[in-house]
Amino acid sequence: MLTTTMRTLGAALVLLSLPALTTACSKRKDGGGSGKATETATGTGGATGTPAPSGGGLVKVDGSSTVFPLSQAVAEEYTRAGKGDVTVGRSGTGGGFKIFCRGEIDVTGASRPIKKEEIDACKSGGIEYIELAVAYDGIAVVVNPKNDWVDHLTVDELKKMWAPEAAETIKTWAQVRDGWPDKPLTLFGAGTDSGTYDYFTQAIVGKEHSSRGDYTASEDDNVLVTGVAGAEGGLGFFGLAYYTENKDRLKVVPIEDGKDDNGKGPITPSPETVNDGTYQPLSRPIFIYVSVKSLAKGSVQNFVSYYLDESKTLAPDVGYVALPDNLYAALKQRYTERKTGSVFEGGSQTGMTIEKLFAAEGN
Amino acid sequence: MSAKLPSSLLRRRDGVVAEIAFVWLARFAVFAPLIVLGWLLGGLAIDGLGRIDWAFITELPSRKAERAGIWPALMGSLWLITLTAAIALPVGVAAAIYLEEYGRQSRIAGVVEVAIANLAGVPSIIYGMLGLGLFVRFAGLGKSVIAGALTLAILVLPIIIMSTREALRTVRDSLREAALGLGATRWQMVRQVIVPMALPGILTGAILAVSRAIGETAPLVLAGAVAYISFAPDGIDAPYTALPMQIYDWTSRPQKAFLVNAAAAIVVLTVVLLLLNSVAIWLRNRYQKRAY
Repeated sequence: MLTTTMRTLGAALVLLSLPALTTACSKRKDGGGSGKATETATGTGGATGTPAPSGGGLVKVDGSSTVFPLSQAVAEEYTRAGKGDVTVGRSGTGGGFKIFCRGEIDVTGASRPIKKEEIDACKSGGIEYIELAVAYDGIAVVVNPKNDWVDHLTVDELKKMWAPEAAETIKTWAQVRDGWPDKPLTLFGAGTDSGTYDYFTQAIVGKEHSSRGDYTASEDDNVLVTGVAGAEGGLGFFGLAYYTENKDRLKVVPIEDGKDDNGKGPITPSPETVNDGTYQPLSRPIFIYVSVKSLAKGSVQNFVSYYLDESKTLAPDVGYVALPDNLYAALKQRYTERKTGSVFEGGSQTGMTIEKLFAAEGN
Repeated sequence: MSAKLPSSLLRRRDGVVAEIAFVWLARFAVFAPLIVLGWLLGGLAIDGLGRIDWAFITELPSRKAERAGIWPALMGSLWLITLTAAIALPVGVAAAIYLEEYGRQSRIAGVVEVAIANLAGVPSIIYGMLGLGLFVRFAGLGKSVIAGALTLAILVLPIIIMSTREALRTVRDSLREAALGLGATRWQMVRQVIVPMALPGILTGAILAVSRAIGETAPLVLAGAVAYISFAPDGIDAPYTALPMQIYDWTSRPQKAFLVNAAAAIVVLTVVLLLLNSVAIWLRNRYQKRAY
C-alpha cells in the first residue's frame, strides 16, 4: 500500500510540473530568443547602425507606471523583430529610481525629472545615467457630463480646489467661482506616490507633493474615470489617454493658464495642443534614464537606440504624444555622445514646452 | 400517566420552528456564495470567453489588445505554482507530522503552534516584503521564479500545516495504539497508517494552499514579478510574471478592449486552478475510498 501511495503521489507531482518543464523549449520560436540566447541579439545587431560590441542578453527596464505602456510597446516590437528579450516592471517613478541607483536595472522610466535625493542616491551607488525624453503626456482635467456649468477652469481656480488649505473648506462648486451652483465638489486624483501627482501639484498648487488630502486617490486611473462618471459634482485629473477612451462618460475641461504667449484663452487638451505646447501647464515630457554602466552590454545599446527610433510611432499607439522629429534627433545626438546627468534642476518642472525642452537638451 | 409532560417536550414545537429557520439560514449560507460566484464567473465568461483562442494562450502581451496573449504570464504562474507546491507541501506536511506525532508534549511545539496560527493572519503584502528582503536581496536570488515561489511557499505554509494537523487529528488514537501494539515503530506507524489515513485531509489543505498561491498578486509585486516579459521562464533563476499581474495590468489600461482581455485571462486562471485542484480532488477521493 505504501509503494502505491508514493507512486501515485509521484505521478501527480510529475503531472503538475510537466507544463513548466516543457516551456523552455516551446516558446523560443516566437520570441526569437530567450533571456540567455545571446547569439540571437548579436546576430541581428542594431537596426540603427549602432554596433553591438558584446553579446545580447536580457534588458531590464522598470520605473513609472505612466511610462510603462510605452516601454512595453517598444519592448514588444523589439522582441517581435527578433532583437532580444526585455522585462519591464512598473514600480513607479520613485521606486524605479531606487533600484536603478542600486544598479539592479538597466533603464528606468520616469514621469518627472530625477529629484535631488535621487541624484545623490545614484551618485553614492556609482550609477551614471543618460536622461532621454521619449514622449509628451497631457494631464486632462475632467468633470461629469451632467456638469453644465463648467466651461473652463483657470489654474487659480484649480489651485483653490486642490491646495492644502482647501481641505474641509472648499466643498461646493459655488465656492470655486461666483455663479456656480451650490453642488458638492467631489475630487478624484492620482495617488501621492505617482509622478502624475507630483507633476499636477507642482503645476497647480505651486509646490510639488502638496495638496489637500481629502480626495479620492487611486493609482488606477480607471477607478478615477468611474468615480468622476458617477458623481455629478465630480472632478478628476489623469492621463489624456483615459479621457480619450472614455469620451462618452466624461467631459473634458479647457484650462486657462493666464499666459497669452502660449495660446490665448482656455485650451482643450488634445494631441495637437499638447504637441504644440499650448496646453499648459498640464503637459509634461516623460523620460527614460539609461545606466551608463549597462551600456557596456550590446543588448542595452540596441534597445535604447530602438527606443529612440520607435517612440515616435509607438507613443500615439499607447495614448501619448510624440516629440517633434528634430527633438528626437537631438536626443539621439545626446545619447550617442553619452551625455550624462539631468538637464533639470531636479523634480517636476512645469511649462516644459517642446522649445524649452529642446533648449535644455541643447545645453 | 396523565401527569404533566416534561417541559422540554412541551417546548418541542418551538424547537421545530427554530430548526426550520436554521435549515433555511444554512441553505441561504450555502447558496448565496454560489450565486455570487456563478454571477461573477458568468459575467466574466460572457465578457471573456469569446476572446479566448489558441493565439490568446500562446501570444506575448501587446500594446494592441486584439493581438495580446498571456503566454509568459500563464507559464510564469505554472512555474510558480509547481515550485511553490514542491517546496511548501513537503515542508508543511513534515512540520505538521512532527508537531502532531512527535512533539505533542514539547514546549517548543506550543510556541510554534501559536506562531503558525498568527502567521496565517498576516497580510500577504508583508510576506512580499519578507520575500524581497530575505530571498531577492539577502539570499541573492534576485527577481527570479524561485524567489517568488519561496515567498509564496512561506505564505501558504501555515495553511498547509494547520490543515494537515487537523487531518492527522481525525485519525483515531486506537489505530495508533493498534499499530504500536503490533510492534510497529513510530516511523512505521506514521508512514504506513497515519499519513495514508490522513491523506484526504492533507490534500484538501493542499488544494486550499495552491488556490491561495495562484491568485496572489501583492507579494509578487514586491518579490519581483515584472509587469511585462517577452518570454516564458526557462529555469528557476529566470525573471517572470504571473497571470494576476497580467490581469492587473490590463484592468488599468485606458482601452476598453484590454478589459475583455482581463476577463478572458481570469477565465483561463480559473480553468488552470480548477485543473490543478481536480488532480488533488481525484487523489483525495481515491484515498478516501481506500481509508474506510
